[in-house]
Amino acid sequence: MKSLAELEAIRKKTLNRINLRKEDEGEVTRVVIGMATCGIAAGARPVMLAFMDEINKRGLNHVTVSQTGCIGMCRLEPMVDVIVPGQDKVTYVHMSPEKVGRVVAEHIVNGRPVAEYTIGAVEDK
Amino acid sequence: MRDISLHILDLMQNSIRAQAKVVSLSVLLDEKGLLTVVIEDDGTGMSEEMLSRVASPFATTRTTRKVGLGIPMMAENCRLAGGGLSIQSTLGKGTKLTAVMDTASIDCLPLGDLPGTVTTLVTMNPDKPEFTLTCRSPKGEMAFDTREIKEALQGVPLNEPEIAAWIQESLREEIEPLFGGVIL
Repeated sequence: MKSLAELEAIRKKTLNRINLRKEDEGEVTRVVIGMATCGIAAGARPVMLAFMDEINKRGLNHVTVSQTGCIGMCRLEPMVDVIVPGQDKVTYVHMSPEKVGRVVAEHIVNGRPVAEYTIGAVEDK
Repeated sequence: MRDISLHILDLMQNSIRAQAKVVSLSVLLDEKGLLTVVIEDDGTGMSEEMLSRVASPFATTRTTRKVGLGIPMMAENCRLAGGGLSIQSTLGKGTKLTAVMDTASIDCLPLGDLPGTVTTLVTMNPDKPEFTLTCRSPKGEMAFDTREIKEALQGVPLNEPEIAAWIQESLREEIEPLFGGVIL
């Protein structure tokens, strides 16, 4: 195990971030990843880890990542919902770790959903 | 599923759904190359009737559909790799799933990204249940327990990205030397 002293330093840093977040409650963007058998088989785990990694690297303070079960569209997995407060939910399909960077940069940071990755773009074809 | 760690991630969701307080995972590789994966929980358990048909693809507790493929797929992959899957369960006490594979078999799946699986489980379920992990191989052993981490964190949640990164990195450092090879 890496040293718990190291964890203590990270804990203090994280605590500051949590306190900052509490001041603007309601502004939190949620990323929800499908993690049932279908999602996992299609590659949801590396997608989830890529989101965590990207959020960590960019130091995004207002984003949470969570999981959900199967919503019945297994052929479109891995699926990810991005819910920005005050905007419509956006559902991304056939996600991959490579696509995560663009979704974070363009949608979560800059507020413009990546239209070509969304369920609308795929289902219209 | 492409590797064993993905099966583990999938099957441990069953323990979480069964409202377990503690879910224990152990991954043991013996000198002969026999790999044993044990998932044990203290959740709701299953009746004998459910247990008798749980390996069927047409057994599931969910209401949206009539199929559940997690256990049957893992059972088939164990069987192909010269091993098997068994489940013991007591209603109200919990469930223990044991999967055995011979790593010398050409059909044995690679172990895959076990640190990624455990990090995913821990960060997606930051409050409960508690997870423990034990890995043992002829090269050594390691142990991990979310209760120890939570004690050190004093209330800071496990799903904070920086904490998740630390967990993943420290698991990687400890698990990779035990099982070697390429982690997908």
